[in-house]
Amino acid sequence: MILELAPTDRPFLPRGVRVQPDRVRGGMVLLAPEKAIRLDAIGEAILARVTGQASFDEIVDDLAQTYNAPRDQIGTDVQRFLVGLRARMYLGVNP
Amino acid sequence: MTIPPPIAMLAELTHRCPLSCPYCSNPVQLQGKAAELDTATWADVFRQAADLGVLQLHISGGEPASRPDLVDLTAAAHDAGLYTNLITSGIGLTPKRLDALESVGLDHIQLSMQGTTAGLADWVGGYKGGFTRKMAIAQEIKARGIPLTLNAVMHRHNLDDLDATIDLAVELGARRLEVACVQFHGWAVRNRDMLLPTFEQTEATKRTVAAATKRLRGILAFDFVPPDYYSDYPKACMGGWGSAGLNVTPDGTVLPCHAAESIPHLTFQSVRDVPLADIWFKGDAFNAYRGTDWLPEPCQSCERRDIDFGGCRCQAMMLAGDASVTDPVCTRSPDHGLVLKVLEDAGVARKDGEFTYRAYAGKQG
Repeated sequence: MILELAPTDRPFLPRGVRVQPDRVRGGMVLLAPEKAIRLDAIGEAILARVTGQASFDEIVDDLAQTYNAPRDQIGTDVQRFLVGLRARMYLGVNP
Repeated sequence: MTIPPPIAMLAELTHRCPLSCPYCSNPVQLQGKAAELDTATWADVFRQAADLGVLQLHISGGEPASRPDLVDLTAAAHDAGLYTNLITSGIGLTPKRLDALESVGLDHIQLSMQGTTAGLADWVGGYKGGFTRKMAIAQEIKARGIPLTLNAVMHRHNLDDLDATIDLAVELGARRLEVACVQFHGWAVRNRDMLLPTFEQTEATKRTVAAATKRLRGILAFDFVPPDYYSDYPKACMGGWGSAGLNVTPDGTVLPCHAAESIPHLTFQSVRDVPLADIWFKGDAFNAYRGTDWLPEPCQSCERRDIDFGGCRCQAMMLAGDASVTDPVCTRSPDHGLVLKVLEDAGVARKDGEFTYRAYAGKQG
């Protein structure tokens, strides 16, 4: 399976994967089966937009606008982040 | 040194289990039902753990489903804000119990696999009919869409079954397969001649896992624990002693790892007597091998010092008789010859007889 998301793919966090505040260490953490991943500001910003409704392109557009950053660079970063999650089965994708 | 809070806690609710796997990770001296913490005490331990910084709770045993209060305990853990992972053989779970576990917020199930056929699995688990029951509950888990990991504990008698194990994981809708080769502590040491895979099996296993990881990307994720006797470097046990995880035994004893009681000079505290945070930050057992300052040579000057932290303390204890030396698995250890001797002896002594199944002291087989 190709893990890269197509522009129209709509990613979501599947059952058993969630983002929640880390009330002891601060910040947000991604919790998945037998795994806890501390999110940096970028990861947090991406996952806040992973709703199952927004497409990959819409997520990238939104981030590029919000952070006033070059769209190509954002697209590459988001793709790399989401592919990493998908390889571990922490991310689902609706066509 | 700043001591970080723990991320994960293994709660061994009970040592009771219908299976009697010959590599069980419980200690050789099993605790009986009378010693177990009650529901309210466990619930309090879960809240203390969450307050301390634990994010992941592994609800284990023995067989945690042997506890009649499993649903209440899962609810308490969920309410404390913990991610709840049930580590089970499936025996003792029913459709009704799964419904109840789902309704109180169980996040994930890790189902153990002893083999992919009834003949093999029931022989390894020492429990006739276990495989059929396990498969029935696996279908119930799949039907509910509860996130599932299969944990296949692999050894000489089932490693050649790995392809079928991978197929089964896909068929059951598991998202993840742990190919965990037996590590030699406790019960597994008693069965080492039966369990230790051959070098050829180990190499074939690495190839199979690598190929399947590629073939099944996006369908099934893999975690592979190789048999470390054949490795060049030791495992970074627990990601560093007292740095990420802790283990609570059925009677409330708190351990830096599940096998730590095999180190005789360590003394352990109980949640019955001391707050969990004090045990984690101040307990002698947790501070005994924390960090790297205590490490001997060749570890202290080794470029891998902060990668594997000298390896596994329990293994150093078992093989070299000293928990404070380099894990003999490491090819740079002055004691590495001990591992080579075990491998050589296993080649000679390799046998296909019967397992020594785990059992309570005083009971036979």
